[in-house]
Amino acid sequence: MSALTVNNLCKSFGGLHVTTNVNLNVEPGERRLIIGPNGAGKTTLFNLITGEITPDSGSIHLFGDDITKTPSRRRPHLGMARTYQIITLFPRDSIIHNVSLALLGLSPARWNPITDMKRQGNLIERGLAALERVGLADIAERPLAQTSYGERRRVEIAMALAQNPKLLLLDEPFAGLSIDERQDVQKCLMAIPRDVTMVMIEHNMDVALEFAERITLLHFGEVIVEGNRAEVVDNPRTREVYLGH
Amino acid sequence: MSARLIALGIVFVALLTLPYWMFGVYYVNVASQILFYAIFALGLNVLVGYGGLVSLGHAGLFGISAYATGYMLQLGYGHPTAILVALIMGLASMVIYAVLSLRSTGIGFIMITLALGEILWGLAYRWISVTGGDNGINVPSRPTLLGSSMSNATTFYYTTLLVFLISVGLMWVFVRSPFGAALRGTRDQPRRMNALGYHVWAIRFWACMFSGLLTAVSGILFVYYTQFISPQTLSLTSSAEVLLMVISGGPGTLLGPFVGAGLVVVVKNVVSAFIERWNFLLGAIFVAIVILMPEGLVPGTARLWRSLWRKRAHAVTPPAAKTEASS
Amino acid sequence: MSFWLVLTVNSVTFGGLLFLLSAGFSLIFGLMRIPNLTHGSLFMVGAYVGATFVVGMLGFALNFWLAAILATLTVAALGALAERLLLRRLPGDQLAQVLVTLGLSFMAADFCLMVWGGDPLSVATPDSLTGFVRFGTVVFPAYRLAIIALAVVVAIGLWLLLDRTRLGAMIRAGVDDPDMARVVGIRVSQLFTIVFALGAGLAAFAGITGGPILSVYPGLDQDMLPLALVVVILGGSGSLLGSFVGSIIVGFIYNFGQALLPELAYFVLFMPMLLVLLLRPQGLFGRHVP
Repeated sequence: MSALTVNNLCKSFGGLHVTTNVNLNVEPGERRLIIGPNGAGKTTLFNLITGEITPDSGSIHLFGDDITKTPSRRRPHLGMARTYQIITLFPRDSIIHNVSLALLGLSPARWNPITDMKRQGNLIERGLAALERVGLADIAERPLAQTSYGERRRVEIAMALAQNPKLLLLDEPFAGLSIDERQDVQKCLMAIPRDVTMVMIEHNMDVALEFAERITLLHFGEVIVEGNRAEVVDNPRTREVYLGH
Repeated sequence: MSARLIALGIVFVALLTLPYWMFGVYYVNVASQILFYAIFALGLNVLVGYGGLVSLGHAGLFGISAYATGYMLQLGYGHPTAILVALIMGLASMVIYAVLSLRSTGIGFIMITLALGEILWGLAYRWISVTGGDNGINVPSRPTLLGSSMSNATTFYYTTLLVFLISVGLMWVFVRSPFGAALRGTRDQPRRMNALGYHVWAIRFWACMFSGLLTAVSGILFVYYTQFISPQTLSLTSSAEVLLMVISGGPGTLLGPFVGAGLVVVVKNVVSAFIERWNFLLGAIFVAIVILMPEGLVPGTARLWRSLWRKRAHAVTPPAAKTEASS
Repeated sequence: MSFWLVLTVNSVTFGGLLFLLSAGFSLIFGLMRIPNLTHGSLFMVGAYVGATFVVGMLGFALNFWLAAILATLTVAALGALAERLLLRRLPGDQLAQVLVTLGLSFMAADFCLMVWGGDPLSVATPDSLTGFVRFGTVVFPAYRLAIIALAVVVAIGLWLLLDRTRLGAMIRAGVDDPDMARVVGIRVSQLFTIVFALGAGLAAFAGITGGPILSVYPGLDQDMLPLALVVVILGGSGSLLGSFVGSIIVGFIYNFGQALLPELAYFVLFMPMLLVLLLRPQGLFGRHVP
């Protein structure tokens, strides 16, 4: 059974075809990289997979279950987690609160209007554990507004990991990071165990190629090339897509 | 932090003993007004401050509970029945409000709530058989609580104070709870919350219901206070006024609504006796708040206090220790 | 028959006034995302200032149109001042914008009450337009036709401004995508001041022009503001065509509603707005969902 299967997925906005007959098959535990020039439709593909946009046609299966019609708010409950290209965290709150919110989203406790949030010991514990995995546990109480960009990227990852996902979608996790910060994030990602399947969109080729086992190249919403590192890098169509000839 | 607790303690004791030190019945009544308007503002703050949803039609809901009370009393029912029906009517109306307005966010939400408020106001004017139109409905008597009639200003005050304290308590619990955290999350990053597995619409709906409860309660207290209800209470001006109480006091804070209500009620009822142009003054105060403390009076004052404290700490600390004193 | 004709003419006239009022609001909201809750006050202050010159309260009476222009410029300047000193400090902070615009409207309303008193001011129709215009057997008051003509002229002028001038292009760019506009080098903050002043001036012009029909009284601001809001919601913010069509529609609904169904006047006005909001939140011609 594959972790994620996308079949003939299509989406257009007005007359613009942003996703055209995309087929994707990611095996459990795989590290898949999605690349492509700007405007290739990579983030749109992620938005379709998470359900924020509904496809015009095609299907999406998560570990064998058809989730094409499942509302986006249900998908995290089925084991799907995602980080964003543009950081959309909760700036007024502390790091640990941000991660707790991610945990709370999957818990029935989120409907509880009575007990103290801070006393949900389980949440705080698990939140700190997630922060530990990205090396931020010692600054858990710090307000998000006082953190660096690199730290915020790691908070994003901690939030996704805290959800104990079976499928983790990372949208340009290295964007805007310094070399040191990149290494920190890379360490976190490499340390994620194989029971989490990972699909990453990335532009930064040095780090991305190291991470990837299989690569899918998108251009104008279509899959152009797919294969392992060597296959994609050597494929003449890859050069065509990036260099225009 | 303990300065805050001391201040709160002082205010609490002052409120508890108010009828004994306040100069005259008139001012005890002003205090009662501040309290039930504060409950109204607390209710609105659930949506505005914690939910990020600005309602410009809340006076309509406030008015429905007031009218329901008056109408039931007019039909000859007793106070407990009238109050119960008013609460139910208030909550039922909020269901409709929520279902209609939550189709939109941001400006759309503001406009829908404004439209609903105006429609209710129009209804109050035109449905003369029920509301008495311009003449309104008179409420001839106030209920009796534990043997003491609320016609007595002091009794009314303590009843209102009790309801106010319960409301603040409920808000405090609500804000600290996981649901409260979820609501604030939907205020700050609704898209993100959806992606984290939250049902954003449902969270907002239940927040509306909580808001509706507080609003209905305050409407009932209002109509017993004034012993009269007319369409004017549901006007856009009234909705704007309570919104201003919330914003000026500090949205998203527990005590902001109380301070905001205090500001508006005091200017309207007390300052107006000394200054003819009190409307101008009120407007000027709002503009001043935006310039000096755009986050609201409560957070703004806390900020000022902290910076004054810090300056004091710097001034008192000898030069060698200054590097540690920075925060 | 004449009853319906009169009602129709009055509706179109009122629609013309509403257009002058709401075009500014629509631009301000479309470009700056500020719900300008002082817009009703700008209308009223324009009417009062204009009336002062027309009636001759300062010792000298001016020609109606001169007075109207003076009122327009005065209020436009006040608007620019308010934008630069107050609104500019609050980008994106909607709650603070609501607080400051409502606060200013309180101040304006009380100021007008203090200066001009509580009695309504009647403004005489300009001499040249006091008569009637005859089309065959039908007779129309000249002034009402003049307002319609004025509204059309202003609409065309605004359209030319938006469509043909560089300023207009910048405004349209700002309405469609403010961030991109900034990146491209458009001096967004200057633009904001200009647009706000323009909107304020238009509202004031509407106020004084409407003077002979509506007269000028305390509470005029609260009567007009909701109407401007309805027009902008129906027509769509940031759209000139939307403001125009919306104004005519509201003009008809308001007048016919008052005449035929006075008991349901508010329903008739706000129900369509509610329906539009529920079914088509961006309005008839709006570009984005508010």
